[in-house]
Amino acid sequence: MSANVLRVNDVTMQFGGVVAVDNLSLEVNEGEIVALIGPNGAGKTTAFNCITGVYEPTNGSVSFCGTEIVESYPHGKMKKLYRGENAGKYAKRILPTPDKITKEGIARTFQNIRLFSSMTVFENVLIAKHMRAKQNLFTAAFHLNHAEEARMRAETLELLKMQNLDHLKDEIAGSLPYGIQRRLEIARALATEPKLLLLDEPAAGMNPQETQELAEFILQIRETYHLTIFIIEHHMDLVMQISDRVYVLDFGKLLAHGTPDEIQNNQHVIDAYLGVSEDA
Amino acid sequence: MNKKRNTVIAALLLLAALALILILERILPPTHIALAVLKKGCIYSLVAVSMNLLNGFTGLFSLGQAGFMLIGAYTYAVLTIPAADRGSVYMYYGGGIIHFSVPVIVGLLAAGLLAALFAWLIGLPVLRLKSDYLAIATLGFAEIIRAFFQWDELGVITNGSNMLRKYPSFSTTLYPFIVSAVCIGIMVLIINSSYGRAFKAIRDDEIAAEAMGINLAKHKRMAFCISSFFAGIGGALLAMYQTSIQAATFRSSMTYEILLIVVIGGLGSVTGSCIASFLFIASSEWWLRFLDTEMTIGNFHVPLLRAGFRKVVFSVIIMAIVLFARNGIMGNREFSINGIFRFFKNPGKKKEVKQ
Repeated sequence: MSANVLRVNDVTMQFGGVVAVDNLSLEVNEGEIVALIGPNGAGKTTAFNCITGVYEPTNGSVSFCGTEIVESYPHGKMKKLYRGENAGKYAKRILPTPDKITKEGIARTFQNIRLFSSMTVFENVLIAKHMRAKQNLFTAAFHLNHAEEARMRAETLELLKMQNLDHLKDEIAGSLPYGIQRRLEIARALATEPKLLLLDEPAAGMNPQETQELAEFILQIRETYHLTIFIIEHHMDLVMQISDRVYVLDFGKLLAHGTPDEIQNNQHVIDAYLGVSEDA
Repeated sequence: MNKKRNTVIAALLLLAALALILILERILPPTHIALAVLKKGCIYSLVAVSMNLLNGFTGLFSLGQAGFMLIGAYTYAVLTIPAADRGSVYMYYGGGIIHFSVPVIVGLLAAGLLAALFAWLIGLPVLRLKSDYLAIATLGFAEIIRAFFQWDELGVITNGSNMLRKYPSFSTTLYPFIVSAVCIGIMVLIINSSYGRAFKAIRDDEIAAEAMGINLAKHKRMAFCISSFFAGIGGALLAMYQTSIQAATFRSSMTYEILLIVVIGGLGSVTGSCIASFLFIASSEWWLRFLDTEMTIGNFHVPLLRAGFRKVVFSVIIMAIVLFARNGIMGNREFSINGIFRFFKNPGKKKEVKQ
């Protein structure tokens, strides 16, 4: 068994009285593709937001490659309101901002595409290199870091070539077709040099042909960049085809987890989410 | 090759502008309105670009520019009044408590640095706010600063609500032109650097920028301080231009004027801000002046023309721009030498897109 890359421990996210994610624990191992599925509103994206520091979980912790990156416990007015479990288990508050998590090596894409729409394709990817560049305002403004800048540009160009996007590099990102915007968003996430890639519904709005291409693309980038991938998706064909393991969320709670075959035959999952296909 | 050609042409254009200023100074009487417009235009260009850096490039809607200009203007004036003249300037405050004066260049730098320091301090709480709330908070700050500098207890430094004067000033238009050009040049370098790209990323999508590893708090503070630094220098130049200053001049209407210039020039366009500055200053101080005086052509008494009518026309023009040309003169494009070449090579044809 290979090493744990991501481990989510008892994460509960409560908004006022609504428990969006309820005592979720899961783990993603090195080199795996793990899917998180469930009906709309089950709390999948909220779980992603807890991992990437967008939300501060009400309770629980997240560790990445063995180190705690997020931890919290109910405090303030949540002390009274908290309805989840394991209330006394966590005592620290580690709450990094999303940029710190990205720097640790977790990159993500968004359910509704969030590109820098007024910038070119090249600049969109180049931005990701900013955080690791050795520079300060002075050296950057007066071109004293031209070696660093040249390296950033070369790496960006290389990445775009590998993703077959280099012919579009001077196009404005916001004017590209939808499918290419999706691919650009993944390319941009790859440019942050992640170990773990979180994909939030990458196949949303794609037809079966495009979904199939995406499946191959995901498998290919896992090989090329030695990635571990954690994916939220509604296209079951895609999920069952590429993932090693699947977690199912329903109303914030973990309903089931297992291999794609196990999940497809799990009666609870069929009742709550998958349903029965008509020709069965 | 293109790069080299462009550098040469840009240098030539700059020299041509310098030569034009020199010639104008020779042939026009020193009090001519055109020279005043050029001086004030240079200063407003600097301040407008500094505001554009914040509002147009980083997407932080701040209305504190007049406050930072005030800090810059006062810092410069307070530090550079010659020791011998302090007695007469601070006549109500026993000559003030500062008994030294620094060279002009040190005064200018201090003006920028103090404005940036204030920006840093104010940024700590204020930059957590977004859009309109940030605008209100920074506007409030500018108003408080204005009141604060007029406070009687601080009179030994700021001369209370009395004027500060007798500090060194400039007589030639070259001075504000060169200082502004250098400052704008530095800002352009920053905008084109990796940090400038980070600012634009924050403008386009904060959440995505953060997910790309850009520290929002740090970069917003950075943009705020840079913008204020140059607004401070702009304030100091304005103080030099006016030869005497008073906190009461730096009203919020000054911020609105600069905001207007930025919007007319195009949010996110440095050259747009510069062009709009000169147009704005020239129209408000010179070209539209005739609207304020009654006129009779032959027997025909032109209606409507009277004192204050200029402001009405001005407002109408601004409304028309906001309604019909929302992107301003330049949009978010830049006036570039490559652009001119393209324009002359294939007129009327848009930039070709490689597929």
